Amino acid sequence: MSTHPDTAAFVRHDALPPQDPPASEVGMVHWLRVNLFSSIGHGIMTLVALYCIYALLAAVVPWLVNGVWDADSIRQCREKLDGARGGCFAVIAERWPQLLFGNYPSEHYDRASLAFVLLFVAIAPVLFFDLPRKMLWFTGLFPFIAYWLIWGGSIWVPVLALAGVVLGFFVYRALAGRSFFGAIIAGIAATMIFGFVMLGPIAGLLNSVLNISLDPVESRQIGGFMINFILGTTCIALSLPLGIALALGRQSNLPIIKTICVVFIEFIRGVPLITLLFVASVMLAYFLPPGTNFDLILRVIIMITLFAAAYMAEAIRGGLAALPTGQYEAGASLGLDYWQSMRLIILPQALKISIPSIVNIAIGLFKDTTLVSIISMFDMVGMIQGPILSSTEWFGVYWELLGFAALLFFVFCYGISQYSQYLERKLATDHH
Amino acid sequence: MSTLSEPPKQSFHMGMLLNDTRYRGYTFQFIALLALVALFGWMVSNAVANLAALGQDINFGFLSDQAGYDINQQIIPYESTDTHMRAAFVGVLNTLLVAVLGCILATIVGVVVGVLRLSNNWLIARLMSVYVEIFRNVPVLIWILIVFNVMANALPSPSTFRGDDATASMLLGAFAFTNSGVYLPLPLWLEGSIVVVGVFVVSLIAIWALRRYARHLLYSEGRVIPTLPIGLALFVVPTLLAFFIMGRPIALEYPEMGRFNFQNGIQVRGSFIALWLALSLYTGAFIAENVRGAIQAVSKGQTEAAASLGLRPGRIMSLVVLPQALRVMIPPNISQYLNLTKNSSLAAAVGYMDITGTLGGVTLNQTGRSFEAILLLMAFYLAISLAISGIMNLYNNSVKLKER
Repeated sequence: MSTHPDTAAFVRHDALPPQDPPASEVGMVHWLRVNLFSSIGHGIMTLVALYCIYALLAAVVPWLVNGVWDADSIRQCREKLDGARGGCFAVIAERWPQLLFGNYPSEHYDRASLAFVLLFVAIAPVLFFDLPRKMLWFTGLFPFIAYWLIWGGSIWVPVLALAGVVLGFFVYRALAGRSFFGAIIAGIAATMIFGFVMLGPIAGLLNSVLNISLDPVESRQIGGFMINFILGTTCIALSLPLGIALALGRQSNLPIIKTICVVFIEFIRGVPLITLLFVASVMLAYFLPPGTNFDLILRVIIMITLFAAAYMAEAIRGGLAALPTGQYEAGASLGLDYWQSMRLIILPQALKISIPSIVNIAIGLFKDTTLVSIISMFDMVGMIQGPILSSTEWFGVYWELLGFAALLFFVFCYGISQYSQYLERKLATDHH
Repeated sequence: MSTLSEPPKQSFHMGMLLNDTRYRGYTFQFIALLALVALFGWMVSNAVANLAALGQDINFGFLSDQAGYDINQQIIPYESTDTHMRAAFVGVLNTLLVAVLGCILATIVGVVVGVLRLSNNWLIARLMSVYVEIFRNVPVLIWILIVFNVMANALPSPSTFRGDDATASMLLGAFAFTNSGVYLPLPLWLEGSIVVVGVFVVSLIAIWALRRYARHLLYSEGRVIPTLPIGLALFVVPTLLAFFIMGRPIALEYPEMGRFNFQNGIQVRGSFIALWLALSLYTGAFIAENVRGAIQAVSKGQTEAAASLGLRPGRIMSLVVLPQALRVMIPPNISQYLNLTKNSSLAAAVGYMDITGTLGGVTLNQTGRSFEAILLLMAFYLAISLAISGIMNLYNNSVKLKER
């Protein structure tokens, strides 16, 4: 019987000890080879990209590092820089109140800031479902508090407006058993009638009895990033219910309602926001009774809300269309009427599906609030383009100001988009 | 004999208009229509009263009045003595110019960035996501202003090109990038140039026929003929031959430094370039996201199947993945094109005279005809939007997956 040692020159009897993998297959080198230099083409692209990053950093880093934060004017900035490359950030250090608050009276910045902070308290329970539901009470009160803080004036105006809403709610509750839709309409009507007819006289009466008021601030004094924020949050909040109504109208099988909604949505989506803002600034006054004179901010809020509602409606319609017909049929077979099945079955699911598009529209809307600078409102961009860049001290400081504006918008918009991704993960009920 | 399930025969009574689902719809619609008519009537009557109080009327006659202002960038000849109508038309053409060029550049940027964002190259993929996030999360108006200021501040002024000790020089002696715009050579069409153009068009048709023939050969016989060298030769040779045979009928008029500024050539205004670049880069970031989503929507099995057939990565992308991704990305891209067109109305911010700048800007302010000007402006944008979505929907239907 021949064994291996007879036929082979050498046979190993014990296993080799395991060796480390080759240097090119582990660690940094391997990572570089796979991710950056996997082929000649990729290698060239990597080098080009590295050069671009270098060029960009070489331009931006000295500009940031050498930046002057303390100067009175661009001339002083240049003197301090003495030919070196650097930004003149002193403009932000000096003009940040204008950039953030516009011409808001400086002694009341604390009021506006408080409203801004409270906004986050109010919005938190809407955004994060783990928070105690009782906080929603504050969310409901917030619009009235914020109005009072920002515009000032007698406390009775927002209090009575709140009372009007409460009245409308009770009217709704009283009628809700009969017809949901009718109750909603009646509730809104009660609030409107109370607001338009009774609010003024009663507020005057209460004011003469007990006068609690803050210094009033006029709308034209409000500006800067504050106005972008006011417009953004108000219009997003108002356009959502309107968008739901339009989407339901467009999906309904009542031909006249459907036509009205389709025409409205397609018209609004077909024209640029700028033209609607032109309407707000010059045309809307024509359509109101002679002698009515209401605030530019309010007119702009109305037009941006209508604009956003049309887009919201399309996003929600997508969600409605994505639901299987079985869901509608299930609602009907349970004996629910149209509003019940919409409220309890269809809308919760449809809205969940449309969250990504709704958030995209919200981000777009927030960015679009900068367009009001074109109708001569002094929002963030309007402030930069107008009073600051045309002042003798800061004539020609574009980069720092526009960069600051871009950074602020980026922080908020990126934050919202990250939140939307968190929400999608949280609401996902399927098991992928 | 009637069955139990037969509905009881009831005569109609008024209460059913509210309580019977068969008739309630009519009631609601009637009320809605009534409310709408009332709202419109109220608004129109207010408008009539307001206009009467101001002593104005609705009259489009101002369009035939003399405009009296200049437009710095124009495609068709325009003088300040022309009518408002003509000024508006110049504005329309400017809007269309920036919208069309913007859509083209945005598509190129978007497709390249979208594909590169999925690249295996870690650095490139990261860079592209940074680009997309930065551009998507900052308002387009701020981008327009930033690009405009890059143009205005980072580029040399025309005066630096003058004199013997000029600090700036023209690229290839033909292109001058200045802070007041870009100067390009103007092609001059001399006698006989029509022949050259004709030959060029014929050679394009020949290339198209060649590709058709090559595909026919590939599908019917499985033979591959080299289309690229033949196509390139067809593209260049006949046109060049015609050009020299006809005695060089197409010349270029180069921009030259005059006493104060460049003369001759074409001047493309800085405002136009700023608007065009900013809109394209901004919309490109959104299109890149659509492209990425569409590519990821093509199942991985498709890529693997193509790879197992022996296709190279470039061909997998162009022959297998992109054609399938195209179907997914068209509808969202249509709305991006519409957004770009509508955003071009921000031209006002940099002083580019598009329709919003002429009809909705100077004409409106000069004549005070805000009502009419804004109506016309809206009608124009509405028509453009409907036209773009109509055309793109036709295209969408032609590439859509044909199902049973």
